[in-house]
Amino acid sequence: MTEPTLYELSSPGRSGVRFPKSDVPKYELPADLVRADLPFPELAEIDVVRHFTHLSAMNYSIDKGFYPLGSCTMKYNPKINEVTARLPGFAFTHPLQPLETIQGNLFLMYQLQEYLKEISGFAAISLQPAAGAQGEFTGVKIINAYHKSRGDLKRTRVLIPDSAHGTNPATCSMVGLEVVHLPSDARGNVDLVALHEICDDTVAGLMLTNPNTLGLFDENVSEVIEIVHAAGGLVYGDGANLNALLGIARPGDLGFDVMHFNLHKTFSTPHGGGGPGSGPVAVTSQLADFLPSPVVGIVEPGTEDLPPLYGFTTPTMSIGRVKTFYGQFGMLVRAYTYIRMNGSDGLRRISEFAVLNANYLLSKVRGKYTLPYNRTCMHEFVVEGVWPEVPDIHALDIAKRLMDYDFHPPTNYFPLIVHEALMIEPTETENKQTLDAFADALLKIAEEAHTDPELLKNAPHNTPVSRLDEVKAAKELVLCCWLPENE
Amino acid sequence: MNTPEGLKYASTDEWLRVEGNVATLGVSDYAQDQLSDVVFFEVTVAVGDEIQKGTIVGTIESVKAAADVTLPVSGKVIEINEELANSPELINSDPFGAAWMIKVELKDASEADSLMDATAYSAFCETRGH
Amino acid sequence: MFIPHTDAEREAMLASIGVKDIKDLFTDVPVKHRFPKLGLPKGITEMEALAELREFSTANETAADLVSFLGAGAYQHYIPAAVDALINRGEFFSAYTPYQPEISQGTLQAIFEFQTLIANLTGMEVSNASHYDGATAAAEAGLMAYHHFRGKRPKIIISSSVNPEYREVMCSYLCGYENMKLVSVEDKADLKESPDQLSDRLDDQTALVMVQYPDFFGRINDFHKLVRKSHEIGALIAFIVNPTALGILKTPGELGADIVVGEGQPLGIPLSFGGPYLGFLATKKDFVRKISGRLVGETVDGEGRRGYVLTLTAREQHIRREKATSNICSNQGLMALAATIYMSLLGKQGMQQVADLCYQKAHYAAELINRLPGFEVLTDKPFFHEFVVKCPVDVDHINQHLLEDGFLGGLNLAKINPDLANHMLVAVTEVISKEDIEAFAEALKEASHD
Repeated sequence: MTEPTLYELSSPGRSGVRFPKSDVPKYELPADLVRADLPFPELAEIDVVRHFTHLSAMNYSIDKGFYPLGSCTMKYNPKINEVTARLPGFAFTHPLQPLETIQGNLFLMYQLQEYLKEISGFAAISLQPAAGAQGEFTGVKIINAYHKSRGDLKRTRVLIPDSAHGTNPATCSMVGLEVVHLPSDARGNVDLVALHEICDDTVAGLMLTNPNTLGLFDENVSEVIEIVHAAGGLVYGDGANLNALLGIARPGDLGFDVMHFNLHKTFSTPHGGGGPGSGPVAVTSQLADFLPSPVVGIVEPGTEDLPPLYGFTTPTMSIGRVKTFYGQFGMLVRAYTYIRMNGSDGLRRISEFAVLNANYLLSKVRGKYTLPYNRTCMHEFVVEGVWPEVPDIHALDIAKRLMDYDFHPPTNYFPLIVHEALMIEPTETENKQTLDAFADALLKIAEEAHTDPELLKNAPHNTPVSRLDEVKAAKELVLCCWLPENE
Repeated sequence: MNTPEGLKYASTDEWLRVEGNVATLGVSDYAQDQLSDVVFFEVTVAVGDEIQKGTIVGTIESVKAAADVTLPVSGKVIEINEELANSPELINSDPFGAAWMIKVELKDASEADSLMDATAYSAFCETRGH
Repeated sequence: MFIPHTDAEREAMLASIGVKDIKDLFTDVPVKHRFPKLGLPKGITEMEALAELREFSTANETAADLVSFLGAGAYQHYIPAAVDALINRGEFFSAYTPYQPEISQGTLQAIFEFQTLIANLTGMEVSNASHYDGATAAAEAGLMAYHHFRGKRPKIIISSSVNPEYREVMCSYLCGYENMKLVSVEDKADLKESPDQLSDRLDDQTALVMVQYPDFFGRINDFHKLVRKSHEIGALIAFIVNPTALGILKTPGELGADIVVGEGQPLGIPLSFGGPYLGFLATKKDFVRKISGRLVGETVDGEGRRGYVLTLTAREQHIRREKATSNICSNQGLMALAATIYMSLLGKQGMQQVADLCYQKAHYAAELINRLPGFEVLTDKPFFHEFVVKCPVDVDHINQHLLEDGFLGGLNLAKINPDLANHMLVAVTEVISKEDIEAFAEALKEASHD
């Protein structure tokens, strides 16, 4: 199944939308400023609608089926979120309107700040960062700015466990800090001995994902944080895996100094085929003055008759602005809707059932797939997608074969410390029947790997296209549609 | 795995062919195998540059991985294989021949002596598995 | 609510795991901190949530209730109904990053088409899959230039007529790099600077010159000489553009730009109080490996059928880790899709028509306002759909009056630079009618009298 490109569908003279004729006198752009031809496709509305409907049918999505992509928290995205975010009062507000005309937006943001602080146990928060990676960047910049503000200039190293996401080290480089890799111990925790040895007065901080990318809650988390604090460093919490901790433990209580949220993971805002995300950053009170500006606050206290006036404030030692305006507001509305519907009890149930689902699935595949760390997992777990007796079969083959069973594959080849990793995160929104069917598919594939390995090597068989030639793509680098007039 | 005799090998998987005070640099068969299909190669130094031992002199990218090429000795760059950027797949097909990367005039010939020989490097690769 | 388990199913699952209670799964969490009481309000139903959110949203007065002349980086344009109808398909919005191409061809082909449209619109050769917003795209252009010269040219010159928020974001992004220097003619966004003054700052340490076109004040500067001088000295030049303007305006590509970035919000994305928006970045083929963020490329499958994949991924953070040039993971996928649909609906004619309408209406508004006693439109240069008005009184004061008359006035430029007291930045798009413009001019006149 191939869909022609917009340019192949184009027919000169067509148009998908008409605009009213100008009702003002004619003004002409000076001729020397006018562009040459605009090589755009020409299509009717129906051409466009059919084209994108065809494309949509070539996608796998949560609405279609089970999406156990580890570390990505592909939970169901409630439809009500899409309704609330599109309410005209939100969708049509210009970011630079006078304060008195945007009190609804500001109140929502203020409340969301309060809720996220309560959920995480932190004292202050900024909703500005656009995504998890930007939240990380903001958080590490805050750590760096904190040390610098105290004249502590030699803290240039950041410790990162070997199970971490690649963004963690990339973030440190952007902030100008040096990365030091930290090994894991035999149970998948941070290696305390190694940590002790590395920690000195050059350590700016530690970036810790907890539960980590193996799906394990670090059994020594309190000690880890104490060791870093004792050396004068701060601890950054990567909030990618917060879906395991709602109402279970608050990172602020555990001793973390900074963390980012992924509203698109934990709080059900859609992933949108790769974005927009939203990555608010929360900090302890000692770091509050470093948050990116602006932060939503009360600028005039309320009286008996009048509500307070909400507005923007700039933290005194702010690291600056990381994005235009105030954040991915539409995502904030969705996350607010979700938190409000769940309340304290509902949030705790989310994490409880996310962890229940992961452990249940783990109990179904244990024995057929090798577990690098055989412990109770949190919201996700990692298995090895390889068997010694069929060495030609790799995790990738298992992933591709799962598509034939109508499932989205788990994350593969991550974390790097597990050989042929398959990282599985079911989330709380999946029912038992779905988990059973997925476990059955994994078991069936384990059997196929031994009896008919070619079936896996050539998988997928039932998808719009089969395995694609990535070497050709990277070498030839065709990054734009073929244009008819170029022929 | 092919590991020709007569070359010197670094623990970062580069090989060095020393002829007089000139050394030719490339990456080993083991390295290209680990990377799989190479789609891009770039030299990040220029002829005439004085390079300290341990400096990154090039970058290799495959579809799934990227690797830096490090010069394991000190010296001055005297020649660059300009062809290789156009045909980076040579790194897969002929790592010890057509896929040579740069030539340097050695600053201290004895630096190369501390690198591994073919036997030691083969054993080293063996310990890392595949 | 969103958890489907029955009690019986939960019990069966616990039995399969071999524990009695869900609580038993959390023994790794320190007892002291386990199961904190969260002080959030009790959960509510969908019906109640909608009512509450509706209440918040109606507490705002918006560009839907008011006639808006406010722009300054975010613009109200008409969005054809088909845009939202299509991006609201779960197949698009509930999908993840297209890491598994066999079951993500929809997202991948749409991004490929987005890249093509952006490249064609800007007159460049390649585009990436998008950035968070225009400002972060500008910052990524700075990183690109820095890495292109391998850090050996540490200076980036930013025009003072660039959107001041973009400048702030570039500072946040770039100040972590060794020796990196951001240089401007004026500290604050200002009308005084000329392209020649930027030329004077160029030297062999300069990696990049960054200008805005049309600039933050809506003006179309002549950058021919600056482009030539930048290239003579070996530096790159980046243009921040308004995509609507490029429907008619000469492209940065034609002018010789090396990198083009911009805010894609005008391309079918609602104002939504500042986000989510859409950053785009286009460049020449020679620099394609220095682009951060995702790229989609065309290839074939095992049977020779055309298909698309994420390509050049070896540059990215998940493989290069600390050596990656940026930590970016996501793009603004759904927003890029909205822009792709918008651009395909409008097509060649629609894009030109919208740009024309904006241009003409803005010029009509400028002409009327310029005739008002005490008001002066600063039009020493050609402008697109935004222009600066020198007012007889304080702009906040005028805007307060305008609001009472049902208008959202333009940006008070004193907020970004005290030297620009009494200066208003007025934006006019195709959604504003002739009557609106005339009424606005009338209201301005009255507001200045009180």
